[in-house]
Amino acid sequence: MTGFDAFFIAGMAALGAGMAMIGGLGPGIGQGYAAGKAVEAVARQPEAQGRIMTTMFLGQAVAETTGIYSFIIAFILIGIVNQVM
Amino acid sequence: MEVRITGPKTAFELLGIPITETIINTWIIMIVLIVGAYLLTRNFKRFPSGTQNTIEMMVEGVNGFTAFIMGEKRMGFAPYFGTLIIYLFLANTMGLLGFRPPTADINTTAALATLTFIAIHYYGIRAKGWHYLKGFTEPFILFLPMNIIGEIAKPFSLAFRLFGNIAGGVIIMGIIYSLMPVGIPAPLHIYFDLFAGLIQTFVFTVLSMVFIQMAMD
Repeated sequence: MTGFDAFFIAGMAALGAGMAMIGGLGPGIGQGYAAGKAVEAVARQPEAQGRIMTTMFLGQAVAETTGIYSFIIAFILIGIVNQVM
Repeated sequence: MEVRITGPKTAFELLGIPITETIINTWIIMIVLIVGAYLLTRNFKRFPSGTQNTIEMMVEGVNGFTAFIMGEKRMGFAPYFGTLIIYLFLANTMGLLGFRPPTADINTTAALATLTFIAIHYYGIRAKGWHYLKGFTEPFILFLPMNIIGEIAKPFSLAFRLFGNIAGGVIIMGIIYSLMPVGIPAPLHIYFDLFAGLIQTFVFTVLSMVFIQMAMD
């Protein structure tokens, strides 16, 4: 890592890690939406609760993936901070 | 307690290979599973009682679950997914006993996702033969690169989802322990270790089942 001093690199990496976690917004909205729809479905059809819950958890886990990706990017950037400092 | 976010500690080196906490904890799970399997299944009788009832219930649960997701004719996958469920559940909830979960290491989850990846394509080709490979060019030939990227993304998303959830839990628990080591961590352990562990076990297994089933029909 040439041209920049360690402080600059660490600071930028830390900023990037913070910014990457803005990606946490998306899964939050998506999971909330899925949960809300599941509540509506259970209210309409209480006997299908088991199936609805299974499908909801599965859908939420898939929606969560993008948030997990941003988390892993933040993770890698924090690793750079540790490495440089 | 300092917050470690850079991965598992190396305990010692064996012939130049670093033996990390992940490997030691996986060995612990292996010992528990092997000894448990030997001790619990020794005295099986025609008419079950006690532990045999519980074990038969678990086996029937896994069989029913596989039949529910993949259909009656693919019950042959039940032993594999049963093993996967037991291993992932023990691995994810190991944080309750103070161990670092082996699934909080990308190597473990990547290995499991690779197994699923191989299974998807092996059973896809075995079930449909040439038509399986031809399916990559659907709806028309220009979609070939897209479909291949989509297939490669499956094991990545499986591995990163499990790893990210469990590692995130470990990091947050570490931060909370360093701030307030008494009282507050207890209910959070139930959420981050037990609930997230169970949900991620379920999600990994169901997604593997669905991917294999989609490749087969």
